[in-house]
Amino acid sequence: MQAKLQHLLWRTGFGPATTERKQWEKLSEAAWWPTIKKASAKVPEYLDVADNAVTGLLQGAGAIGKMQSDTLDKEQKKKLRQASKDGIKNLNLRWLEEMVHSEAQLREKMAFFWHGHFASLNINILYQQQMLQVIRKNALGNFGTLLREVSKSAAMLAFLNNQQNKKKHPNENFAREVMELFTLGRGNYSEYDVKEAARAFTGWGFELNGDFVFRRQFHDDDPKMLLGKTGNFEGDAVLDILLEQPQTARFITRKLYRFLINEEQLPEARIDQLADVFFRSKYDIMGLLDAIFTSDWFYEPANMGAKIKSPIELWAGIRRAVPMQVGNPESQLLLQKALGQVLFYPPNVAGWPGGRQWIDSSSLMLRLRIPQLLLDSAELDVRTKSDDDTDMGMRDDALERRRRRLKLTPDWKPLLDEFRSTESDELIPAVARMLWQIPNASPPRGVLERYTNRSDHDDQIKTTMVQLMATPEYQLC
Amino acid sequence: MLIKRRKFLQTASLATASLWLPRFLHGMQRPGALARNGRILVVLQLSGGNDGLNTVIPTRNDIYYRERPRIGIQRDQALTLTDEAGLHPALTVMKGLYDKGELGILHNVGYPNPDRSHFRSMDIWQSASPANEYWSTGWLGRYLDAQCAGRPTAGLEIDDTLSMALKGNDLKGLALQDAKRLYETAHSPYFADYAAAHRGPADSPSGQLHDEETPVGYLYKTMSETIASADYLYEKSKAKPTGSGYPNNGLGKQFQTIASLILADTDTSVYYVSHGSFDTHINQQNQQQRLFQEMNDALEAFTKDMKANGLWQDVLVMTFSEFGRRVSQNASGGTDHGTANQMFLWVAACGKKGSSMNSRICKTSTKATCSTTSIFAAYMPMYSKIG
Repeated sequence: MQAKLQHLLWRTGFGPATTERKQWEKLSEAAWWPTIKKASAKVPEYLDVADNAVTGLLQGAGAIGKMQSDTLDKEQKKKLRQASKDGIKNLNLRWLEEMVHSEAQLREKMAFFWHGHFASLNINILYQQQMLQVIRKNALGNFGTLLREVSKSAAMLAFLNNQQNKKKHPNENFAREVMELFTLGRGNYSEYDVKEAARAFTGWGFELNGDFVFRRQFHDDDPKMLLGKTGNFEGDAVLDILLEQPQTARFITRKLYRFLINEEQLPEARIDQLADVFFRSKYDIMGLLDAIFTSDWFYEPANMGAKIKSPIELWAGIRRAVPMQVGNPESQLLLQKALGQVLFYPPNVAGWPGGRQWIDSSSLMLRLRIPQLLLDSAELDVRTKSDDDTDMGMRDDALERRRRRLKLTPDWKPLLDEFRSTESDELIPAVARMLWQIPNASPPRGVLERYTNRSDHDDQIKTTMVQLMATPEYQLC
Repeated sequence: MLIKRRKFLQTASLATASLWLPRFLHGMQRPGALARNGRILVVLQLSGGNDGLNTVIPTRNDIYYRERPRIGIQRDQALTLTDEAGLHPALTVMKGLYDKGELGILHNVGYPNPDRSHFRSMDIWQSASPANEYWSTGWLGRYLDAQCAGRPTAGLEIDDTLSMALKGNDLKGLALQDAKRLYETAHSPYFADYAAAHRGPADSPSGQLHDEETPVGYLYKTMSETIASADYLYEKSKAKPTGSGYPNNGLGKQFQTIASLILADTDTSVYYVSHGSFDTHINQQNQQQRLFQEMNDALEAFTKDMKANGLWQDVLVMTFSEFGRRVSQNASGGTDHGTANQMFLWVAACGKKGSSMNSRICKTSTKATCSTTSIFAAYMPMYSKIG
């Protein structure tokens, strides 16, 4: 497979899948991008993992009327908390399977981007899976719609305290983050704008079942002045005003450029051009992606192998490269935690900082040790930090110990087939071309020959794969 | 940029050399200019939100006793500090140090509009960012960036994973449980040989592998530094017997590791260790008692060890927690999340007895009314002590 195609598959998804290599190799370069788009065209299936009891408790209560969480008794709340915790764990693993197996790689990849952009921490499983559906459904659609639906989601309204945002007692958290992190970016609005926007969002809330509700009695309907405009704004009008600012298009485009192309080299003129395309299309996300993935500069050597994979990208990518059964799926939660990225648990509302911040000595050494787990059944020998927001002071060490053994059963056959006819002496560069994205990187032959099994061709393929994944080069895509 | 690169090349070449030289020479080729030049800071993070009011007890405060009929600590149980304040009964070592003027207590350190999520609150404490900003570097990581270039072992966390507190942009701390284990994991022959194989001349075709400015160069640098650091710490600490008298539990072993590295005279300026969980929503008394007992025992052994080796003057220990807890006990014999909290500083000879108590204990009204010291202001003196 060509390096260019691999580059495209890494940036529009979670890396090339070994099982699909043959199909891709048949396509012409001109067919790559349309094929990727087509595979993500369908509206995604709703990932529903919430315990029936939870859904019933919340949906039922919602149907009864305008019930608030204080209508639940202590026992119900406790049950809800425990079931929610399990639910979020299941949602995490369920979505991870989509990232590994879904045809709709572009959609899941973009949803993964929006998951970090609209980062919210919420222990309610129902709200989390509603939010996930919002971002998966709109991942490739219109950013304005996405922004509006996220802003009206229970997950975000709860996380940013807008239930407490009331006339005469405004809570500015939601308004501030909408401007700072979701649209304009820091430095493009004043503190006065935050105050005024917060007043406009008063009354925005949600029902227990997650439905958006506008509580007019809490809304401040005096005139507001926001970014030079005056009116009796409600929340929707604020979002309109924010979308009218070209700065919003620029902010999103720049962040997306970092995510998709290059985190460190940011050509401002090019980003401005893309932002202009995005703005003029009234925030058509697919239009922006078209401009990016059909450009010549996308394939410039400086952009290839230039990104440090996030822990999720690394692990999903390994699973796509080496098809495997994960005998102990929950071990993947420990893996995420030890590497510093647990889905649905962003560090804060700003999302994961990414890039070099993924890498320190312990996270890098752990990354380098992971591929070895494909060959032996060793434990993931790591103890993670306690998380008091979910543990409530009672850390479950036994649970973590149970998660240390991944019980991986790789299906090597497609890889053995791929390299069956490759000469023993050609194997190292051939495998490196498959696994590495840095242009012209040359694996140190002498070292690799010492640490791979050369007496048997199949073993040589497996050990070469593993050793080339246990390298700094493999951390990049 | 130019200077940064030159510095990197100097250190990179040292790292290279360290893998070729016979083991017994390892300690010798660390240039003296890179050694630490101030005190050693040991940060003890009390995770989970330690209940400050049952740590330093306002023994004359009626509101405190009224709000905590079950879990309040009686005046005659507390270890007396002043007329108005006493320490939790398990904290005998701290009491002794306080009486000698070697312990300071800084009250009410926090930030405005407290966030009651552990994670966010810890994020703010570890980054020392303003409460409405999100930073990705830690307060000690920025110290490493500014002061410790070329010293990958300047900041060590005694754990398997690294806290944000020790992450800088250019330099990050190193996480280890102990020197031997780090050596065994980092120093697998494959990794060492692999890293070594890539260290050819900087102008070779694989030039970007050496260029710290590129992501792959950064990864190679981290890998080489980790291997070199693992060697360095292991060789250094092997030469010194570890101290005795440490309790055989998690925190005891962690302090033993810290002590052994200090005694081995490594170039480390900052050690970081966490203890918990102090998230005592239920049955607070037992849990806090147990955790404090462990902490007291570990610190007793550590203090003795340092004093016996004449190193006490060189060490500064600091504790903090992400928030304190509410004044009123809850129905489960515990307490719920509160706001600002005290920090403890073990400072050798900080002056006369109790001199660094910044204010009376005043956080016993049911609302926090007294002014809060910002986290950043509280950290400032630490920066100057570690130089």
